[in-house]
Amino acid sequence: MNELKLNMSASPHVRDKIDSSKIMMYVAIALLPASAFGIYNFGLQALAMLLTTTIAAVLVEFLYEKMMKKPVTVKDFSAVVTGLLLGLNMPPTAPLWMGALGSFFAIVVVKQLFGGLGQNFMNPALGARCFLVISFTGPMTRFIYDGVSGATPLQALKSGSIVDTTSMLIGKTAGTIGETSVIAILLGAIILIMLGIIDLRIPGTYILTTAIFVGIFGPVVNPEVSFFDPYYITAHLCGGGLMLGAWFMATDYVTSPITKKGQYIYGALLGILTGLFRLFGGSAEGVSYAIIISNLFVPLIERFTLPKPFGKGGE
Amino acid sequence: MALFTFKGGVHPADGKELAKDSPIVTLKPQGDLVFPVSQHIGAPAVPVVKKGDEVLRGGLLAEAGGFVSAPVYSSVSGTVKGIERVLTATGGRVEAVVVESDGLFNEVEFEGCDDPFSLPREEIIKKIQTAGVVGMGGAGFPTHVKLSPKEPEKIEYIIANCAECEPYITADYRRMLEDGEKIVEGLRIVLSLFDNARGILAIEDNKPDCIAKMTELTKNDEKITVCKLETKYPQGGERQLIYATTKRAINSAMLPADAGCIVDNVETLINVYKAVRKGIPTINRVTTVSGDCVKNPGNFRVYMGTKYSELIEAAGGFKEDPKKVISGGPMMGFSMFDLDVPVTKTSSAVLAFSKDAVAEMAETACINCGRCVEVCPSRLVPSRLADYAENKDEETFVKWQGLECMECGCCSYVCPAKRPLKQAMGTMRKQALANKKKS
Repeated sequence: MNELKLNMSASPHVRDKIDSSKIMMYVAIALLPASAFGIYNFGLQALAMLLTTTIAAVLVEFLYEKMMKKPVTVKDFSAVVTGLLLGLNMPPTAPLWMGALGSFFAIVVVKQLFGGLGQNFMNPALGARCFLVISFTGPMTRFIYDGVSGATPLQALKSGSIVDTTSMLIGKTAGTIGETSVIAILLGAIILIMLGIIDLRIPGTYILTTAIFVGIFGPVVNPEVSFFDPYYITAHLCGGGLMLGAWFMATDYVTSPITKKGQYIYGALLGILTGLFRLFGGSAEGVSYAIIISNLFVPLIERFTLPKPFGKGGE
Repeated sequence: MALFTFKGGVHPADGKELAKDSPIVTLKPQGDLVFPVSQHIGAPAVPVVKKGDEVLRGGLLAEAGGFVSAPVYSSVSGTVKGIERVLTATGGRVEAVVVESDGLFNEVEFEGCDDPFSLPREEIIKKIQTAGVVGMGGAGFPTHVKLSPKEPEKIEYIIANCAECEPYITADYRRMLEDGEKIVEGLRIVLSLFDNARGILAIEDNKPDCIAKMTELTKNDEKITVCKLETKYPQGGERQLIYATTKRAINSAMLPADAGCIVDNVETLINVYKAVRKGIPTINRVTTVSGDCVKNPGNFRVYMGTKYSELIEAAGGFKEDPKKVISGGPMMGFSMFDLDVPVTKTSSAVLAFSKDAVAEMAETACINCGRCVEVCPSRLVPSRLADYAENKDEETFVKWQGLECMECGCCSYVCPAKRPLKQAMGTMRKQALANKKKS
């Protein structure tokens, strides 16, 4: 019996079935309703953009890791998620090369140069989107819907027009490919919550804080809006990138606090910044910048929200 | 009634169905038996026999090496073959008395006591100390030391740890069903030492039959209550159990007595009962043999010093060559490379598996998902602590409370990047504790 070849290892000798690749795959799957709606809403050019950014992200990661002689990690689905998220953040009418360039920026500059998966301090897809918006402001902020160049609901809201919150909920409006349909995004979010991939701490605090902020300060910038105006708040919650940002980008593990208390603070910071940028900033939108700026505060937030150990004030 | 529990923890597949319905079978050993002199926390016992000596079952082989120590007794009658350094289940080598069994199992005359409650406190503790009773759940802390706190009047709860939260192990489960009376009697003996204490039988809710049985046995006893725990690992961890039952949280530098508690597990209480009522020292225990690779998983009343390989034979042997054999539970047990090692006071189980899923998992980069933070019962940030440990940054490790880790393994279990978090923290923790002692 002593000739057995037995494996030696430190405990625990059992592990949970979930792994990082599966988590990333579930996130990619949860983005499919928003992607499908984007394609339905904007047509084949949206499909072409989503394919471009996703394939480019995977390809760039593969080539970079080959070139740097690092282990190739494209099977972990994280590049797929980054590429898909970037695509969903692109206007459907932007040229495809721009999407590919964004993927390159996201994967190489934001992610790999800082050490690859888990090491980036900023959400790669949003970093790339902000890079593109600054570099190519025209095509990145021009929204054409049903062949007509027009304002997004948020831009209309900012200029004082009335917006149709029902069509915003469904998503039949102008905007980036994946941000328009609140219903499609929430469908994906429910999948992630049910699978235990995300919880309500960050998105819940984020959305609630945004609602309170625009509820209080809406009347300051728009005299026609009343204090805690339900229509105005609804329009802000359903408009722009808030839903996509809150459920799919603010919840990015790598760039959000690991501590529970920190996650509430982070969510509140996101809400305040989003409200500030949207109401008092030059542009109608503010989610992307709110998230990447809050990303930078994560190490600080974590430092001040370390949990108290069990028996030393913690339970 | 709401379930009692703690915050954090994990729910590994429990595998208890394999052995839970197998009644306890006594396994009489053959050949040589090996009795390590260190089966407990504290000073090793000192052998009092020499080669060629005749011993009886229940005869003293090694006496306690100090107050925090425990004597070792022979579980068979026979001849002392020698004193050797032997391999133990946890991979270390210790001095051990080897006894060649004569197959007769002649016993010494045990001196029982029909009314232990009339004995003075010191006498009872003395009996427990002399019998070599230690914490048999795995820690091996001498029980008489636990029962001698500085201020006995401040002890409010004696908690019987019947959680058995490690997957696969069913030894305590069978003990509760078959020897429930002895557990309650053991608990009553311990309770009699503390005037202000109440007894709690803490049982996980995946053992409703045990809960019913223990409730029935204690229904007329006002001092003892049965506490239904949520089934969750590590519910049977000492600090978690105290919190679950009393809502008192103690840290790594505190003793249960600091929270007015004493925790003893099922097997320990049975040995307390045997020591005080029957005068029988700790010479056998119940051990579970289980895992998918074992032909007839079961629970055995095994004589101390029996070889693990003999225990596995008693369970029908292996179905096929196992990839992994574990002494103890899958969450905190030790993987074994040699089965020619003796059963000791802390051997709660031996598990054999045809697959080693952990070996097939590749470690990937931490994605900061926070699952380890979520499950850590000590409320730490394991992923960061493991980073500091891997970078040999002892100072930050200690600053971030790494010493509070109790190595339950929940973080490693849940990590989607399959990082060996517990292992990294455990290594650094040992180093930090050693350096702390030096300074």
